[in-house]
Amino acid sequence: MGVWFSFFAVIALVVIPLAGANGAGQYLFGIVIPYLAVLTFIIGFIYRVVQWAKTPVPFKIPTTGGQMKSLPWIKASPLDNPSNNSGVIARMALEVLAFRSLFRNTRVELREGPKIDYGSNKWLWVAALAFHYAFLVVFIRHFRLFMEPVPFFVAALESVDGFMEVGLPRLMMSGVVLLLAVTYLFLRRVAVPQLRYISLPSDYFPLFLIIGLAASGILMRYFIRVDITSVKELIVGLVSFSPTIPKGIGVIFFVHLFLLSVLIAYFPFSKLMHAGGVFLSPTRNLPNDNRANRHINPWNYPVKVHTYEEYEDDFREKMKEVGLPVEKE
Amino acid sequence: MAKVGTPEELARVDYTPPKKGWMDTPAVFQEGRWCYGSKPKDHEVVGLPNPRAWSPGDEDWKLPDNWQEIFLEGMRERLDKFRSFRLFMDICVRCGACADKCHFFVGSGDPKNMPVLRAELLRSIYRGEFTAAGKILGRLAGGRKLTYDVFKELFYYFFQCTECRRCSLFCPYGIDTAEVTIIGRELLNLLVCNIDWITGPVANCYRMGNHLGIQPHAYHSMLEFFCEEIEEITGILPEPSFNRKGAEILFITPSGDVFADPGTFTAMGYLMLYHYLEGMGLDITWSTYASEGGNFGFFTSHEMMKRLNAKMYAEAKRLGVKWILGGECGHMWRVCNQYMDTMNGPADFLELPKSPITGTVFENAKSTKMVHIIEFTADLIKHGKLNLDPSRNDQYRVTFHDSCNTARGMGFFDEPRYVIQNICNEFYDMPINTIREQTFCCGSGSGLNTDEFMDMRMRGAFPRANALQYVHEKHDVNAMACICAIDRATLTTLCEYWVPDVEVTGIHELIGNALILEGEKKRTMNLRGEEFPWVEEEDEEEAEETAEAAGE
Repeated sequence: MGVWFSFFAVIALVVIPLAGANGAGQYLFGIVIPYLAVLTFIIGFIYRVVQWAKTPVPFKIPTTGGQMKSLPWIKASPLDNPSNNSGVIARMALEVLAFRSLFRNTRVELREGPKIDYGSNKWLWVAALAFHYAFLVVFIRHFRLFMEPVPFFVAALESVDGFMEVGLPRLMMSGVVLLLAVTYLFLRRVAVPQLRYISLPSDYFPLFLIIGLAASGILMRYFIRVDITSVKELIVGLVSFSPTIPKGIGVIFFVHLFLLSVLIAYFPFSKLMHAGGVFLSPTRNLPNDNRANRHINPWNYPVKVHTYEEYEDDFREKMKEVGLPVEKE
Repeated sequence: MAKVGTPEELARVDYTPPKKGWMDTPAVFQEGRWCYGSKPKDHEVVGLPNPRAWSPGDEDWKLPDNWQEIFLEGMRERLDKFRSFRLFMDICVRCGACADKCHFFVGSGDPKNMPVLRAELLRSIYRGEFTAAGKILGRLAGGRKLTYDVFKELFYYFFQCTECRRCSLFCPYGIDTAEVTIIGRELLNLLVCNIDWITGPVANCYRMGNHLGIQPHAYHSMLEFFCEEIEEITGILPEPSFNRKGAEILFITPSGDVFADPGTFTAMGYLMLYHYLEGMGLDITWSTYASEGGNFGFFTSHEMMKRLNAKMYAEAKRLGVKWILGGECGHMWRVCNQYMDTMNGPADFLELPKSPITGTVFENAKSTKMVHIIEFTADLIKHGKLNLDPSRNDQYRVTFHDSCNTARGMGFFDEPRYVIQNICNEFYDMPINTIREQTFCCGSGSGLNTDEFMDMRMRGAFPRANALQYVHEKHDVNAMACICAIDRATLTTLCEYWVPDVEVTGIHELIGNALILEGEKKRTMNLRGEEFPWVEEEDEEEAEETAEAAGE
């Protein structure tokens, strides 16, 4: 159910600009909606992160994935069990940039015997890395649309990205990788029974949205060409806060822009916020130095305890019988 | 005890999820997969609300009329108090990396035992009751309402999680199901839907100092009995002291080690070690008030954990000791490592722990002032302070089970292995995906080590048992050492069921066997009172020699 709902929702999101982005409608799809989307994204993203950040961390609870720092002659594992902040920074960097925890992934297989096997299972890690980095490259490549002159790193990136030198315009690998990776992420969700079982509409929706976004971009670049000078004019207008709608931009561009607008507006309200959340995860971003450095819980409060005196009152005679020392005779 | 199938039956696990979606599949309380409900008398001891006789098997759980309000208000409060909880409700992408990391899922195939789905049980309520999208779109946004059936489902599955954190190791965002379960149980506890096996020990510990309700005189006699056993085996009688003011070190260990085999043999190992070290300057006392290292309050609520844990520092202060030495225990050390100082510290009345034998200063414990006995012993061995005869453990071919809590809540891997390798000649680790940070739970942690839960326990034990089976077949391993009191009890049941020829030992039991006490008699038996297998051969040899000598 979830998959079809999300699929048709994205189809509808494609149809809307196809139907509406003509004449005066182009002001709506080319100016109003993108501005609103960016505004929603910025306010929403900040709101969510601030909400997390102001929620206290009462306990220091890192998940330790390696040997702790203890006796000097025992080799500690600073990346998986950091004992100080530089260790934490390194652990977080590997987590955020290389998806280290996902790299550990294994797959359980129950065989005759019974025997449980733990197979290596790196496909999710590969696809996730490919997806995120391809998206990043595509994003950076789009800088050329509103930066004049085109920054050197964008140009450099493009020359690497298009190294295959096939087709005209030159085929950019990032777009292809992005589409393949996101398709893989979708297929595994429907093909693996457990994953299909846990998947919600909100898991399929961003996948379809990104498939739509990438597909419309690729269509526009290689097949249904749009007037790139006009597109650039529109984008420069948007980022310089003097929006204009040049004539003659194909409707496919408005589909692309609308899907992007929906994606960024949807971002703060969805699981896509893992992008911000991962930095704040208390099982990863704290050192395992609890025994050496006291962590403060801002809402720590006194509790009712059973004192030694109460305990001795309960058992004094019995304690004396076996010669246990007591405070009061 | 609940009826449990044969190992062959249990090992036939079907991982196919049901056709119907999980929100449409209410939890069916299957025999052997849920624990008895908490008893009113225990609620009263610690002042929990709503004391009543009830059973999770009943239709009516006798909840107060405004139970939904209490639950949701509690949830709102915790969303504001724990970043972990709020974040873990928000950022899961359901990538499924955690799905097959849970021992209960591997052993049962029940999809709601996939960590992701266990957390979704609560997340769906978060979305349905707390987020705008969930309130408006309901199921389309993955939200649902807190109904009676949903509440029961939460109980069923939060008491099918041992808070072992294996899933959190594999999660790309570090989402920790233990944290979700801890808070989930705390919410259930607001309506006092806890289990007897947890509230009973909590009440005992609160009033009597330990989970098992051993009163001070009995605690004293039990340890004296161990000393007599030690005398029988070694000819030496240790004389431990209790509640002694002015001692340098306070020793706290789980009461399970005092109460039942094979933990008791570990307790004997402690007694022997302390006796051995006394002549070298060790000044240590046991306490009957702080006679529990473990903390079943941890399985109830953060507040209850703090109430029970408070005894450790309070007793250290009353006795005027310099620092605390903690015994072999799993969740005890998660609490002592990650919670104690924050909750009940600062321990500024104690001193930086320093081994009186080696002079080693435990800088890593400079704030909590609490040292793990394995660190302490490893340091002794490293400095050559222990006179050891590893051959006295030669009847054992040993493997080591990393306890979840010391593994993923501390990172305590090489100290225990170092000690074992110095006291045993034959040591073999289990396969890499099942040890150290990837270790599997015994299947009975977090207060679920009760008989009525046996079907699920043995299913949860399956991955651990299977790895043990592997080294048992490959290397003839016949002993699994561990540093956790719950493990000593539960792994014994695991072995009896899955790998019958393996025994479970604590590391200090093995220390006790290997340690050569000054003036001891020739040892003929281990701490279990079992004659060494080679004694008979030696006797025969001696008899032969005598006969030969006589013949000449």
